[in-house]
Amino acid sequence: MSKTIAPVTESDYLKAYRVMLLSRVLEEKLASLYRAGMIKGGVFLGRGQEALSTATGIHLRKGDIFAPLIRDQAGRLAFGDTVLDTLRTYLGSQLGSMRGRDGNIHRGRPREGYYAMISHLGAMVPAVAGGLLARRLRGESGVVGATCLGDGGTSTGAFHEGLNAAAVDKLPLVVVVANNQYAYSTPNSRQYACADLLDKAAGYGVAGHKADGTDLLDCLQTLRKAVQSAREGGGPQLVVASLLRLVGHGEHDDFSYLDKNLKKTAVGADCLLVAEKYIVDQEWKTTEDLTEWRREAEQEVNTTADRVRREPSPDAEEDDWAALSRSEYREQFAAV
Amino acid sequence: MITYLEAIRLAQQKALATDPRVFLYGQDIGNFGGAFKATKNLAAEFPGRVLDAPLSEDAIVGMAIGAAIEGARPIVEMQFADFSTCGLNQIVNHAGTLFYRTGVPCPIVVRLPSGGTSGGGPFHSQSLEAIYAHWPGLVVVTPATVEDAYTMLLEAVALDDPVVFCEHKFLYYHLKAESLPETSLPIGKARIARTGRDATVVTHGAMLHESLAAASELAEDGYQLEIVDLRSIKPLDTDTVLASVARTGRLLVVSEEWPWGGVSAEVVSRVTTEGFGLLDAAPMRVNAKDTPVPYHPDLWSVHRPTASTIAAAARRLLDL
Repeated sequence: MSKTIAPVTESDYLKAYRVMLLSRVLEEKLASLYRAGMIKGGVFLGRGQEALSTATGIHLRKGDIFAPLIRDQAGRLAFGDTVLDTLRTYLGSQLGSMRGRDGNIHRGRPREGYYAMISHLGAMVPAVAGGLLARRLRGESGVVGATCLGDGGTSTGAFHEGLNAAAVDKLPLVVVVANNQYAYSTPNSRQYACADLLDKAAGYGVAGHKADGTDLLDCLQTLRKAVQSAREGGGPQLVVASLLRLVGHGEHDDFSYLDKNLKKTAVGADCLLVAEKYIVDQEWKTTEDLTEWRREAEQEVNTTADRVRREPSPDAEEDDWAALSRSEYREQFAAV
Repeated sequence: MITYLEAIRLAQQKALATDPRVFLYGQDIGNFGGAFKATKNLAAEFPGRVLDAPLSEDAIVGMAIGAAIEGARPIVEMQFADFSTCGLNQIVNHAGTLFYRTGVPCPIVVRLPSGGTSGGGPFHSQSLEAIYAHWPGLVVVTPATVEDAYTMLLEAVALDDPVVFCEHKFLYYHLKAESLPETSLPIGKARIARTGRDATVVTHGAMLHESLAAASELAEDGYQLEIVDLRSIKPLDTDTVLASVARTGRLLVVSEEWPWGGVSAEVVSRVTTEGFGLLDAAPMRVNAKDTPVPYHPDLWSVHRPTASTIAAAARRLLDL
């Protein structure tokens, strides 16, 4: 069944790197806007997880399903989300895809296969599986659905139920786990007792893939293989990548619980710096070229942020306050 | 004769036959035909569209939501309403929020075999319509007749919004009808099941039949109860309730649910805030007792409202 996996080319690598870079620059801007008090709600960054997240989003096609999670700014951009809609959502523009009704990482465009996560971890695993089941019932093949979560998410019932149900129906689901060492402040030692999260793959009867989340090349190769296996009928794929979240849970979090020694271990490297060194070592680009790319990304982000800041906020008077699509069913509460 | 249960089976059969977007997913619903046989023979008649699910309520509802996003019309069966709490998160936080958050509707039907039967016990007897009605974004219906079981299920499948379909197990076998209607009152409209001038009894589900029996009992003494079958809990047809109370001046709300914050509390709240001047007496409620539903028939028959407790409450309401 398994055809050969195409090698990751220079062009693939550089394309992925630029997504990582744009995501990093965009998130730096979000952090700065947060400190300036301009963000509505919280800011949750994916610093240190860009290689894995990009590798996931970049291997999906138009027509696939993607349910990213909290630290997947990079994967979102790779799948087709934009700097513009990201900033609109964080800055509370009425023109954003969520229209002020939900914020930050909860954005999505479900009609385009870009599902909007709910905060309850694991919940998107069965949702993507169901989307894939519906596609199959409609006679579509070759579709892949991917969803992401962290080490903490693997402890939820929804993760278990969703992955198990997807395995029973052999659905083309790719579950990407960023083992970033902490769930909020909880270290892995209090999260699970198996030797490796990848051990769980065997328990569900799904294929398991291990990746070095700090290394873009390894992430690209691993996700390419996992996505292709799912696309070719290999059933669910569980990818577990080791890395370290390089920031607090959210920008409100001082990250005081971080074991500083972790930064010196294999998981502690910054995937963006690793990728930059690789690019320069391969002599694909010079340091000056990369600096120029960063400048271009910063310009795009800053220009877009300036534009979005002038956009209107949602108008409570204009909101129809309808949770049901059928307007006849709107309850009128006289006591309000 | 067509039973209430058969009406539910026939509605699913018709939905499968007429709409290619419809599929069924739930525990034991395939070749086995479901714990209550509500899907009997459907797996054979519609190959690949009536699927057995693992014992995973969260995944069952979660998968239905994803399928609905992709344009499908899933009907999922919770084996008992009681177990739907294991899928509660997906129902209330995912299905119930999807349209408001994203503008994409979530046309799923979650079937909840609800309510008490003799010997059912604490975990196979619950009536959960009020908790689902509490969260925004869900339609909650409680058909009390064979005809409604059929037409409301078909209407639920056609709706773009998520529907919690509370079908009553007590009515499954002994409620029968000659034939099934083509048309009916729409979801959101209550029905006057019996007219009367002396007091209004608002009820739903299996309690409709207990209330009708109570009305017959009082009629022997010359008192006429007007019985309103809510049919749908959300939306709730406050207009029909208020119009009835305007005629009778007295309100008794009967519900098999637990009393705290239930449908009966909501109805009393609406009538007192919107129709206080219509009332000649303080409204009354009859609910199940505030304990888990007991298993022994001798305890269960006292735990739930019955024709005699409803009739007794009505007599107090009428100052008899």
